[in-house]
Amino acid sequence: MKILVCISNVPDTTTKITFTNDNTQFNTSGVQFIVNPYDEIALSRAIELCEGGKGTVTVINVGDSSTDPTIRKALAIGADDAVRINALPRDAYFTAYQIAEYAKTGDFNMILCGRESIDYNGAQVAAMVGEFLDIPSISIIKKLDYDGTTATLEREIEGGKEVVSVTGKFIASCAEGVAEPRIPNMRGIMSARTKSLQVVEAVEIAEVAKVVKFETPAPRGAVKQVPAEEAAKLIDLLHTEAKVI
Amino acid sequence: MSVLVYVEQADGKFKKSGFEAVSYAKAIADGQGTHLTAISIGNVGENELKELGKYGASKVLNVSSDQLKNFVNQAYASVIVEAAAKENADIVVLSNSFSGKGLAPRVAVKLKAGLVDGAVELPQTADGKFTVKKNAFSGKAFAVTELTSANKVIALNPNAFGTKESSVDAAIENFTPEVKSTDLAAIVKEIVRATDKISLPDAELVVSAGRGLKGPENWGMIEELANLLGAATACSKPVSDAGWRPHSEHVGQTGIAISPNLYIAIGISGAIQHLAGVSSSKVIVVINKDPEAPFFKVADYGIVGDAFEVVPKLIEALKAHKG
Repeated sequence: MKILVCISNVPDTTTKITFTNDNTQFNTSGVQFIVNPYDEIALSRAIELCEGGKGTVTVINVGDSSTDPTIRKALAIGADDAVRINALPRDAYFTAYQIAEYAKTGDFNMILCGRESIDYNGAQVAAMVGEFLDIPSISIIKKLDYDGTTATLEREIEGGKEVVSVTGKFIASCAEGVAEPRIPNMRGIMSARTKSLQVVEAVEIAEVAKVVKFETPAPRGAVKQVPAEEAAKLIDLLHTEAKVI
Repeated sequence: MSVLVYVEQADGKFKKSGFEAVSYAKAIADGQGTHLTAISIGNVGENELKELGKYGASKVLNVSSDQLKNFVNQAYASVIVEAAAKENADIVVLSNSFSGKGLAPRVAVKLKAGLVDGAVELPQTADGKFTVKKNAFSGKAFAVTELTSANKVIALNPNAFGTKESSVDAAIENFTPEVKSTDLAAIVKEIVRATDKISLPDAELVVSAGRGLKGPENWGMIEELANLLGAATACSKPVSDAGWRPHSEHVGQTGIAISPNLYIAIGISGAIQHLAGVSSSKVIVVINKDPEAPFFKVADYGIVGDAFEVVPKLIEALKAHKG
């Protein structure tokens, strides 16, 4: 079995978000980058499925050489080898196209990624890769079982869940519940240094979207305190002042 | 040129977020000086289809087939793209729901279109550019995205636009596109939906609680408060990690991001990762016994007090309010 896991290089969840260049670029100065937390869940499940010699896990990232430490972290968690498509991931369409083109070169049983990236909050890549490859894509799964030919997945839906079964190749985007994220141990960190990280040049494709500007949310006004003993007043305020109930 | 909106349904009824998408798409069509066609897939009755006119759809394509009864994104994407070709639509609007997230990217690739997912405002078309504002960095910022392709796909965030009535008489037309068997490779085995609960991602009101509740046995009052308000329940990460509440209720950076009209946070300190998932709520109420809790800095209303004393008072007041 061969599994391809897509990983995204994103700012640490505690990062204070600021922009430079007249609010057109994310300010990376002093920012710690990590493996996108949802992608870590996907990677952990892929490793579980392949454990005991049942298969191999390849991680793929679209980025310049600055993302190598993040890729090494994924190798330390337990991926067998890695591929970096040498280009800035300018939008989801471009990124998905690169992943799909690479996936065509290897006989992967499944492709996994996280439900969304925590920077642009795009949840586009999985379904786009699925469309480029003309294979099923299941977005936002909470559970994944695989018997070697057929996968059974639980997908999140509003107010519940849906159980989907797929035979043959597919791509799925993973959310919490699919696996416990693994933490690299010392042996993993040591072996990650010598694992293969192949660099592949990008394939050109026409641009369809670009971010022209970032904005930060308007600050909220000062909090209006209601004394605990007069808690009932809050209901009046929500009704007459905020008009939300 | 026209605008096409896909309207999600469950058990033959359209969702509120679907009517919201129609209202939003109607405003886009008006801005472009064109008309709006809606498409419904699955078995929906005529009266329900007519409802789409109320929000501005002048035509409704009704795809009713047993093959397409359940949502399969691959097949639905093909149907929507066929409808877009038939209607000569260059803008396709969908809801940024769980299903929408699996559907919109496939539609975008088929149409070679740029996609904005999680749109929070109407597109701007000044100086010949078509830009749409969307949430980014988990609610810590917005990204204004330009769609440079000829075709455009927009997935609207729930509660970002609201429903707006414009009472058009919708002409209903049955539409029977061909569906390839390869588009139906994913098979829906089972759908489990808790019908008595309000769905969190598109809820207008949300009551959420954290570790301050001390244990899962204390959620009774949270549920009672939510029921009285008609709100969905949510929780913080430590609570779902501890198994006190299901993962599906976890809101925050690694859970789900929500933008209800009212978010009540009880016994949640307000870690940056939690705030990321809820900061686009319109009104935030924080109840915490620690006056220094960071959550108060982003709250509109705050009560410094013990949840076990404050929440019962709120329940009493709500009962009185409802008379």
